[in-house]
Amino acid sequence: MRFTPRSLFLAAAAALALGSARADVSLLNVSYDPTREFYQAYDAAFARHWKERTGETVTVRQSHGGSGKQALAVIHGLEADVVTLALGYDIDAIAQAGKLAPDWQQRLPQRSAPYTSTIVFLVRKGNPKAIRDWDDLVKGDVSVITPNPKTSGGARWNYLAALAWAHKRWPGDERKATDYLRELYRRVAVLDAGARGATNTFVQRGLGDVLLAWENEAFLALQESGPDTFEIVVPSVSVLAEPPVAVVDSVVSRRGTAEIARAYLEYLYSPEGQRLAAKHYYRPVHPQYADPADLARFPKLELLTIEDFGGWQKVQQEHFADGGVFDRIVTK
Amino acid sequence: MAAHTGVLPGFRLTLGYTLLYLSLIVLLPVAAVFGKTLELGWGEFVDVVSNPRVLAAYRLSFGAALAAAAIDAVFGLLLAWVLVRYSFPGKRLVDALIDLPFALPTAVAGIALTALYAPNGWLGGWLAALGVKVAFTPLGILVALVFIGIPFVVRTVQPVLEEFEPEFEEAAASLGASRWQVFRHVILPHVLPATVTGFALAFARAVGEYGSVIFIAGNIPFVSEIVPLLIIGQLEQYDEAGATAIATVMLVISFTLLLVINALQAWAARRGGKEQ
Repeated sequence: MRFTPRSLFLAAAAALALGSARADVSLLNVSYDPTREFYQAYDAAFARHWKERTGETVTVRQSHGGSGKQALAVIHGLEADVVTLALGYDIDAIAQAGKLAPDWQQRLPQRSAPYTSTIVFLVRKGNPKAIRDWDDLVKGDVSVITPNPKTSGGARWNYLAALAWAHKRWPGDERKATDYLRELYRRVAVLDAGARGATNTFVQRGLGDVLLAWENEAFLALQESGPDTFEIVVPSVSVLAEPPVAVVDSVVSRRGTAEIARAYLEYLYSPEGQRLAAKHYYRPVHPQYADPADLARFPKLELLTIEDFGGWQKVQQEHFADGGVFDRIVTK
Repeated sequence: MAAHTGVLPGFRLTLGYTLLYLSLIVLLPVAAVFGKTLELGWGEFVDVVSNPRVLAAYRLSFGAALAAAAIDAVFGLLLAWVLVRYSFPGKRLVDALIDLPFALPTAVAGIALTALYAPNGWLGGWLAALGVKVAFTPLGILVALVFIGIPFVVRTVQPVLEEFEPEFEEAAASLGASRWQVFRHVILPHVLPATVTGFALAFARAVGEYGSVIFIAGNIPFVSEIVPLLIIGQLEQYDEAGATAIATVMLVISFTLLLVINALQAWAARRGGKEQ
């Protein structure tokens, strides 16, 4: 661990947190923002399951925040047994810091993503601007709300979903695609730092005609504010957002929690884990285990994966790094 | 600096303690920022900090902080004056309210201000009808910075005013000074150094403010994107050296400005002393 003031502080905070939880065994799951409700339910289910199987009492502690910031905290020494983040890129960064094996994504089924989501539109009731698909976002005076891809993992999925459509619409024409993105981001009224912030701007402050959002976040907003206020519009093309999970090797080998950490993540793929994911608006990778009523909420649409864009490292370099496409389109 | 500085012994001990404490609390973290920046070559450093988007953010952050501190200096002085010179029902309560921006978590302040000034908020709706947009514009940033900075001016000016007896004003008036002359030549020189200090504190606080601004700013590149947000953006890309590079330039500018303000304050104190 590098000796920086921040890492010392985080280590101290983690030590305090560890000292306070005295169970048979404890796990720390470092996750991103919109998974709060899901993991609250899942942790209780896993604790029951583990008790039945081994007789051991397990306490799972949760930490939520922006995906990138959470990854940085782990890199700087936050003692996460498992990470469940918004993008593979963030877990790659932890792997690059030597905390887990570079092939982490191959260690669990479905590229280590037990549930997926996609990007949809949330519009105001009655869809007054008649928004049906991506091209409607750049028509007339439509104003768009999406967070900043530089500071938000969810925002990167939004950007890629728009790009996916543009590639489909103008195959092989990068210039047309870039022009489309430029026009789209010109219409962004508020560029929030995180996905929850953008949802609040749209829902609470009443700004913008359309919010680009995680499907699960859109459903949550709908559930919070009632069906009379908003509608979900599903575009023709979007991305398959795969929020991956991984065991942090260096932490579990020191704490002796390797077995239970692995079991914790594997249980996400079990019938109970899958059922809970679908209940909390995540698309389960094994739909046969989910409640059919929950499944009916997920419409079918064409979904591109991150591999269709060449993987996170390439996408990050090309689009979101300093001087990348995103910087160029906001610089005019 | 002479060793013989007063009647009390222990100069060496206190100096040693001061240096150790300053190093641990202030210098070490600042040194870590500079150290991290050194990971970049000179060319890379210049590339990062001369990016047009970063330059626009510097202009906005320093401009808004200076403007907010100036507004706070004027109205903070006024508030302190009212609190010291007059008594009215609920004065204690008003006095306690001044400290609220200190105590409130900045994110809460930001969300509250945004809710108030957003186009669908209480004040925002009314202002929108007049064609004034506050939330999600640079004006919103100014409002947030004025809010968080006001206690600094009031709390530095208040004790000075409390020591300043009304007899001075009465003497000046009895010698035939007009109200403006009393203010200009008697009151202002006396409170100016404290006001400048309050201004400096409010400015320093405003430059680095993140929590409250981020909610009300709108964060549009080149329009309402503050420097601390760009720093967070760099961190999200795991570019700590880039983040500290932006921060280093910010620190150097802030430090220079604070030195200038301190010199100004010393000058005002000397001048005020002479006029009295």
